[in-house]
Amino acid sequence: MTVFYLVAFLSIFFALMTIFTKNPVHSVLYLVITFFTFTIHYILLNAQFLAVVNFIVYMGAIMVLFLFVLMLLNLNKDTEPMKSNLVKMMGVIAGCCLVVVLFGAFRVFDLSNPLIVKDPDIGLVKNLGKVLFKEFLLPFELSSILLLTAMIGAVLLAKKETRKV
Amino acid sequence: MEWSFVIEKFALVTIVFVVTLVIAMYSTLAERKIAGFMQDRYGPDRAGIFGLLQPFCDGGKFFFKEEIIPAGAHKTLFIMGPTIAIITACISSAVIPWGQSLTIGDRVISLQVADVNVGILYMFGVIALGVYGIMLGGWASNNKFSLMGAIRAASQSISYEIAMGLSIIALLMITGSLSLKEIVADQSGFVNWNIWSQPLGFIIFMVCAFAECNRVPFDLPECETELVGGYHTEYSSMKLGLYMFSEYINMFVSSALMASLYFGGYNFPFMNDLGLSENWITILGVLAFFIKIFAFIFFFMWVRWTLPRFRYDQLMNLGWKMLIPLAIANIVLTGIITLIKDTYFS
Amino acid sequence: MQPLSNRKKVLEQKPMNFMERIYFPAIVKGLSITLRHFFKKIPTIKYPEQQRPFSKNFRGQHSLKRDEEGRERCTACGLCALSCPAEAITMIAAERKNDEKHLYREEKYAAVYEINMLRCIFCGLCEEACPKEAIYLDGPHVTADYLRKDFIYGKDKLVEPKFDITKLNS
Repeated sequence: MTVFYLVAFLSIFFALMTIFTKNPVHSVLYLVITFFTFTIHYILLNAQFLAVVNFIVYMGAIMVLFLFVLMLLNLNKDTEPMKSNLVKMMGVIAGCCLVVVLFGAFRVFDLSNPLIVKDPDIGLVKNLGKVLFKEFLLPFELSSILLLTAMIGAVLLAKKETRKV
Repeated sequence: MEWSFVIEKFALVTIVFVVTLVIAMYSTLAERKIAGFMQDRYGPDRAGIFGLLQPFCDGGKFFFKEEIIPAGAHKTLFIMGPTIAIITACISSAVIPWGQSLTIGDRVISLQVADVNVGILYMFGVIALGVYGIMLGGWASNNKFSLMGAIRAASQSISYEIAMGLSIIALLMITGSLSLKEIVADQSGFVNWNIWSQPLGFIIFMVCAFAECNRVPFDLPECETELVGGYHTEYSSMKLGLYMFSEYINMFVSSALMASLYFGGYNFPFMNDLGLSENWITILGVLAFFIKIFAFIFFFMWVRWTLPRFRYDQLMNLGWKMLIPLAIANIVLTGIITLIKDTYFS
Repeated sequence: MQPLSNRKKVLEQKPMNFMERIYFPAIVKGLSITLRHFFKKIPTIKYPEQQRPFSKNFRGQHSLKRDEEGRERCTACGLCALSCPAEAITMIAAERKNDEKHLYREEKYAAVYEINMLRCIFCGLCEEACPKEAIYLDGPHVTADYLRKDFIYGKDKLVEPKFDITKLNS
């Protein structure tokens, strides 16, 4: 349990650092460390597959792309766009929405849910695959279609527009 | 947790670590020797007999060189770059099964540091992490060439990781396990090696391994002719040494991975017909495994001194328009064959 | 422009066919070439230990010769210095004492004889100018050094060591 509290503290700490650092590259790096602590959380929950996938996809690919974009951008003080009050208001509202959703989720969430504790091996690849392809087949396929759509959209965006004369 | 278990694992980790470093050291010599022979000359042969002390001379030189951190560089990240590169290179060998288990007295010692349930994915994750070392180093140098190298490294590694992962999926469909130990154990003997059932997958995987190790013909991140030194332009002294070292360690580990995924790891032909005791077979298996690894390292170097570098658009075309579709086709093909086998021949 | 000769060749860049586009045959071919070279005999000569024979008319470091009795041939006439196009040779003459007859052949000899190897162009004119056959450019290469002053070779480096002529041919 002490390990959990240590890792939880670290993840919250680095998540806060992500928000509060001025330098965007530092921010991304703190986010990477935050994801790493999440990986440790998954391992503590015996969800090895999720841990490794989180490790590969988030740390290894998505954050690299984030860093990639940030390195190409020239993020100096004077190029930073002015944040108008409207944007700040929108930020506050969005934050409030998130808090509401979180509280709602916590209210429904039952700590002694027997379904979760029942099978400690549910996070292993074999079980996860069986669950995904039997009980949750429809959502799984739907999400893959969503990803495919996003991919096609990205390709279309990246393609050069044929000039109409 | 037993103490003997801890000691056993500690000893194994130490041995693997030392062996990895020694092989990486001598890979530098081997590279220069092979380059020499392929260009009709001797390689370095002045330090020690056949130049066998050359790696020590190089190491000593690296340690005593002046260390320069550029004034405009981001100090912390500049130091973190090579650190991450070498750490990720070193920890990636943890899941490779070096051999079967040794039996000493009544203790059975497994020659694998950690039998992780998701061994291959662990390797992928660590390899993916390795690109941070290059990116951070390149960005922190505050140099255009370094940044270009870093960007190339990032996009190259991400592009080829996809093809690599897809080529592995076809393999996993056959073996049905993500644990490297089980994958290797499945390939006992000679005819069961995965290369016979997955030749296309192996070729894709190998090309991607070349790209992930930043080896020629995919060494665009450190392409000397365009980018001075690429991401390590500003590095000097042992930091540069660490970058080089991590490249060689990566090469060693990916050779080991290829050998264990496709060439049967510690399995060698007729291993069960020799009538030897378990321990002897294990020791011979370790030897066979290292012979395979050295063959792959030789191949890496052989290719390096044969092929010219790809152009960047060629690299991307190869990755996205050839390897990924091929890998997907391989998956489909494997699926069809498995299906036919299961329905008609079982 | 009108071509002056009809040797001009227009290069045609055909689009690559399938075998060329999949790279593999070309890669295998290249690999086989490098592997062939891997096993070839290496023509390198490891220099300080092995030396290539010099050609007959090779001109290397000068040596001041002795005669059959081991006496220095040079009489310090200065013709070599005069003929030297690079003005590399300087010398100071001295008169032979009575007790030095076994050292110098002529009555006059070079007390100091210096060649500046940085100036010398190894043309061999000194060799041709010498009336006493005292100087020959038959040595090895002149080696590199760190200081300019070390390139001024005196008699200590130029005069050939004493030898016994009776044993020379055996």
